[in-house]
Amino acid sequence: MLINGRKGQQVLMMGNEAIARGALEAGVNVVAGYPGTPSSEITQTLARVAPKRNLYVEWSVNEKVALEVAAAASFAGLRSMCVMKQVGVNVAADFLLHLALYGTRGGMVLVSCEDPGALSSTNEGESRLYAQMMEFPLLEPGDFQEALDMTRWAFELSESIRNVVMIRSVTRMSHASGNVTLGELPERTARAYYDFKGPLLGDMAGPVATLPGTVDFMHRRQQEKLKKLEGLYDASPFNTYTGPEGPELLVITSSACHLYCREAIELLEVSGRVGLLKLGTTWPLPPRWLESHLTAAEKVLVVEEVLGCMENTIKAFAMERIDRIGPTAFFGKADGAVPSTNELNPDRVMAAMAGILQITPPGLAPEYAARAAEIAKTGAPVRALTLCPGCPHRASFWSIHQAMAMDDREGFVCGDIGCYTLAAAGTGFHALKTIHAMGSGAGLASGFGKLAAFGFHQPVMAVCGDSTFFHAVMPALVNAVHHRANITLVILDNSGTAMTGFQPHPGIGVDAMGGTAPALDIPDICRSMGAKVSLCDPFDIPKTRKTLLAQVEDTDGVKVVVMRQPCALSPQRKHKKGFRMSIDPERCLGASCGCNRLCTRVFKCPGLTWDRENDSARIDEVICAGCGVCASICPSGAIQAKEDA
Amino acid sequence: MNGETAALTADPFNLIITGVGGQGNVLASRIVADVMAQLGCFVTIGETFGASQRGGSVMSHLRISSRSSYSPQIPRGRAHMVVALEPTEAIRVLSAYGNPETRVICNTRPIHSMGVICGEQSYPSQAEMRGWIQELSRTAWFIDTTEAAVSLGNPIFGNIMAVGALAAAGVLPLSRDRFETAIRQKMPESKVSVNLAAFDLGRKMISSQK
Repeated sequence: MLINGRKGQQVLMMGNEAIARGALEAGVNVVAGYPGTPSSEITQTLARVAPKRNLYVEWSVNEKVALEVAAAASFAGLRSMCVMKQVGVNVAADFLLHLALYGTRGGMVLVSCEDPGALSSTNEGESRLYAQMMEFPLLEPGDFQEALDMTRWAFELSESIRNVVMIRSVTRMSHASGNVTLGELPERTARAYYDFKGPLLGDMAGPVATLPGTVDFMHRRQQEKLKKLEGLYDASPFNTYTGPEGPELLVITSSACHLYCREAIELLEVSGRVGLLKLGTTWPLPPRWLESHLTAAEKVLVVEEVLGCMENTIKAFAMERIDRIGPTAFFGKADGAVPSTNELNPDRVMAAMAGILQITPPGLAPEYAARAAEIAKTGAPVRALTLCPGCPHRASFWSIHQAMAMDDREGFVCGDIGCYTLAAAGTGFHALKTIHAMGSGAGLASGFGKLAAFGFHQPVMAVCGDSTFFHAVMPALVNAVHHRANITLVILDNSGTAMTGFQPHPGIGVDAMGGTAPALDIPDICRSMGAKVSLCDPFDIPKTRKTLLAQVEDTDGVKVVVMRQPCALSPQRKHKKGFRMSIDPERCLGASCGCNRLCTRVFKCPGLTWDRENDSARIDEVICAGCGVCASICPSGAIQAKEDA
Repeated sequence: MNGETAALTADPFNLIITGVGGQGNVLASRIVADVMAQLGCFVTIGETFGASQRGGSVMSHLRISSRSSYSPQIPRGRAHMVVALEPTEAIRVLSAYGNPETRVICNTRPIHSMGVICGEQSYPSQAEMRGWIQELSRTAWFIDTTEAAVSLGNPIFGNIMAVGALAAAGVLPLSRDRFETAIRQKMPESKVSVNLAAFDLGRKMISSQK
């Protein structure tokens, strides 16, 4: 559908697919990104069609390099796009500041997919403020069609002001699907050429370099570019108003909140009283158009998720024009009408509107709601997130947990971002004691590992995934080796960026488009940095535990343990079970064993359940992945593994 | 709009397909949405997926309308139909999105959560679950898709059986022909017949209860 869909055809598309199609309709040539929910499908989808569309797509090592790769294409006159999740923009921010200061050549679009409510993140940070802070345009699609149309237009916009344009999506847009009418796919035969031969500070020729002594000129030029947008935005079809002239309440919104606001107005039956102003160009603001709507309203509610970015800029905007707009009562984050944390939904927006309009939102069968809540308390046991059946991380953390417990000096593990973040919970035996950004486990360990002079004697371990190793751990490891920090770094190498859908990374011999690529060897890299490196198979519990204990006891410098086992869901496993597992009823002693049901109470693999009637462990054939690890944890040897033919 | 979309029993029609990560929730919702889009409806599917959903509760919100696109989140208490691939998930969804008029199709095979496996929580009995789901719905159909799906060679077909069951419930214009068109667009030819068989088995599970 992405490349076979004809102009005018109506299709159902995920928001991320619509963004990808919009980029194709703009004739994008180069796409670079780093995987991260909810952004990954954009780059992944484009990688699949790359050979057919004169397109180069790569999963870069991290977001900063991805932005640099995309910028190079722009400097060479091509259209390029860079895709990441909200936290990635922080990684790319250093380059982004310089990029926006000088400007771009070929159209360049940065897509940030954010996660209000942290549905798939460890934070609900956002990147909208970067647009204001670093002074480039920000666009936010308000439905699926706009996700496509706005992306296509963003490339033109970028070329009209010769600067990067940011499109911000959210989980409920990126991962939701809706009706989209396709546009035309152009034939583009772009040729790349970097024209460095013009004068310094040239727009389309000359070296692209942010130099001291030229900052004032570049900065003024950048701000003039933004000024140019005002007229353009006032007439933009992405800024819309629906509602009466002179509404009792003007609701200003953007992004997925647009759909929530529309539904809230419908359910409250207040379309005659409330006007809905949807901004697509959220920064800078469309001045004349916005002013006329603010003038027509005395009460304004700004509906946006998490921080009040729009609210603050609109308040400042209104204050500057107060003689024309007149006094306005603003509702939103500052007065608490709209919550400043978590995502919004039609109910939360309805509550905010109903409060201001002093009406009661339609209640639905209150006795039903109370009874249903009561039933759910016992009828719907909470499903805590858990590592998958056969997950190599469960085996790794089993050994890590045991080694740390046996060592008995209150050692601890610093973690970061990946499926293995779950090891902070019971599914990973509560092994992780710090969790922050990608690579931060190694960096924190490097710091903890230098505290001996202050009486610190706790063994310190850090864990990271293979993709994370390349993304952000390498500098931390260099730091730890150089400063002789006393730490053990465990690299949980499951052969891919598993959490986000098995995207390749520099350690894998294939690239985003499926071509072969040289694979960098993680143990070799660590050895060349001067770390002591051992390798083990986490499914071999006794050997792994022994290796780990030896590292923890070694107090001299940086030790690296690479634990290698592909992810249980990895396509390379092809859903084949390594072992056929069974319980020997003669050997399983049930509650009288004395192991306190180690297999099910502590090991906690979804494939290993407890048969209450027979007082015995039981293998759930449908769920068991056949990794064989549980055979080595049962003290009576009741769990048996037979190699699967 | 043609006559069939006018046959929507509510506009927007709010459908939730729920289950546990790995049961094929996303595909089931996509197939239903494709069929409704073929009919010229506006369809929004709201869902979340990613590693954080593994082993966790998942749900897809479908908004089907002849008039316009609706938000990817159904307001509380406004589901018209809940299709549950796991029984306790039906209860969880009803407690947030159900009302006395909500209809339910529920696969009865439990998937025990980790809390249940390790003995920290208890899992309700079949009788309790059926009673509660009946109490919280206008009509509830109970089916066992998992056993039948295993007979087709893979428990994953349970999701397509649930789509077949939904077709037989008569709340949406979801015909076998249109299902076949949608499945042909999504799957290679070799997978079409087994998916049709799963759809038919699901359909029969409802029609035999009528």
